[in-house]
This record gives sequence, C-alpha cells and structure tokens, in this order.
Amino acid sequence: MAEVVFFIAGIGAIAGAIGVIAARNPFYSVLGLVVHLISLAALFLLLRAEFVAAAQVVVYAGAVMVLYVFVVSYIGGVEESISTTGPGLRLAGLLFGLALFAELSIAVLGSGLQAIDGEGAPFQPGFGSPAQIGELLLTKFLLAFEVASFLLLIAAVGAVVLARRRRGLEDTGGFEPEDRAEGLSASAVAAQGSTGTMAEGVGTHTYPARGSQ
Amino acid sequence: MSIGWYLVISALLFCVGAAGVLVRRNPLVILLCLELMLNAGNLALIAFARMTGTGDGQVFALIVMVVAACEVTIGLGVIVALHRRRVPIDADELRELQG
Repeated sequence: MAEVVFFIAGIGAIAGAIGVIAARNPFYSVLGLVVHLISLAALFLLLRAEFVAAAQVVVYAGAVMVLYVFVVSYIGGVEESISTTGPGLRLAGLLFGLALFAELSIAVLGSGLQAIDGEGAPFQPGFGSPAQIGELLLTKFLLAFEVASFLLLIAAVGAVVLARRRRGLEDTGGFEPEDRAEGLSASAVAAQGSTGTMAEGVGTHTYPARGSQ
Repeated sequence: MSIGWYLVISALLFCVGAAGVLVRRNPLVILLCLELMLNAGNLALIAFARMTGTGDGQVFALIVMVVAACEVTIGLGVIVALHRRRVPIDADELRELQG
C-alpha cells in the first residue's frame, strides 16, 4: 500500500514540477506548483512527518500560492514566447539538469550509507508530532527559531518598502493627489532627503526634475 | 519504501527546478523554480530525519519553509516594483539593477 501511494505521489510531484517549467502562462505554472506541493505533502506523510505535511499544505499550498496568484493576476500573466530564447540555450539548460541529476545520483549511491537501503529507524510513538517539533524548536533549536522570526519580520518590512508607491520616480498614470504634502510640517525638513528616504516614502520629497509647480 | 527512493525523487525535483531557472525568463516562473529546488531539499531533509529517527531534520525543513516564504515575499515585492516602473518582466531585459 505504501508503495502505491509513494509512486502516485512521486509521479504527481515530478509531473507538477515539469508543469511548472513547461507551462507558458505563469498562472498554469502556479497551479502546477500547487499539485507539486500537495503531492510532496503526501510524501512527507509517508515519511511520518505529519506536522511538516500539514504546514506544507496550509502555509505553502494555501497562503504562499494565494500570494502568487494575486501577483500573477496583478501583473497580468504575460505569456512568454519560449521560442525566442533560442533552442541552443534551452538544450544547454536541459543538459545541465540531466548532468546535475547524474551527479547527484552518483553522490547518493556512492555515499556508502547503509541506512539508505533501509526503511529508516524504528518508529517511535510521537515522531514528527507537533509536540516533538515544538519541543525541539523551543529547546535545541531556539536560536534558529528566533532568527527565523527576525527574518520574517525583515521580509515583511522589506516587501512593504519595495512595493510601496513612489511618488515622482515614475509616471504612475496621474491618479495620485499632487499636493498632499502641503499640510505636513515635517515636509520642509524631510524634503532635504533623497531617493530611498522616508520623505520619498510618504511622498513629501520634491524632485528637482519635476519641480515645475 | 527505502530511503534511497525518496532521495532519488528529491534529486530529480532539484534538477527540474535548476533546469527551469536556466530555461525560463519570466522572473515569476524563476521564483517558482526556486521553490521547487527548496522543496527538493526539504524532501531530502525529511527523508534523512526518517532515516535517523530524530526530529532534527523536520525542524530544518520548517526553517527552510520560513526562508522560502521570505524569499517569495521579497521576490514578489521586487516584481511588483518592476511592474510599477513599467519595466518589462523579463530576466533578459533586466540587465541593470540601478535606480
């Protein structure tokens, strides 16, 4: 039974991965990645990693993929014309992938690990449960846990800084209020800043090139 | 199934992701292919966790998932910023990163 599930999930994961790189429309690529992630969660379940499988489905296939779908529909799924890349470059990429697979297989087979051929360690109750993962995260891997939380914070702030609306850097279509900085008392001080400062972020920075008003 | 099968699947997924990064030019799809490679690494980590019978590999996999989420957030932010600046969303056109 486990073999059947393994092969179905493995084929699903590989088919999803190939669908990601073969689909022209980025939207279909995202859907292929969802198939891949759910198949991978089944593989995780076979390896008795229940909590990681649940996190994979909920966080990855749920939240992160929704973010992808939002961005793809915001950008407006530009269909990529694959033919303009040139067949030589694509062939080189595929050959690189095959060579990498051969090398990884040699590395795995030649590692001399006896346990690779086995089913793994004898199963203990509680292996892979949320209780065990949580205990490990808060005792043995506390530093990694804290660093990961800081990393998430930095990523959230960075995404807001990257994707915010910059006034004056580009012509955004002219639907922004032009003089919203009039009442701000700090604008006179903040206007001394330049690109990348807080003045630019809140739109009080006046650009010399556009200072015709 | 023996652990070796999982490692083979993991290697195959990693190679598909690496080939995709090289072949595709849309930054969105390149990000998706990076996800493929990170997930292949996750599968190997969890297979080794099963092999040794300790939970350490699963914690590693969770941390890798956190890093992947951060990478997605920043990458999509960059793509949205590119779209705002009317820059073509194409890795071949993005030769310079200034400004």
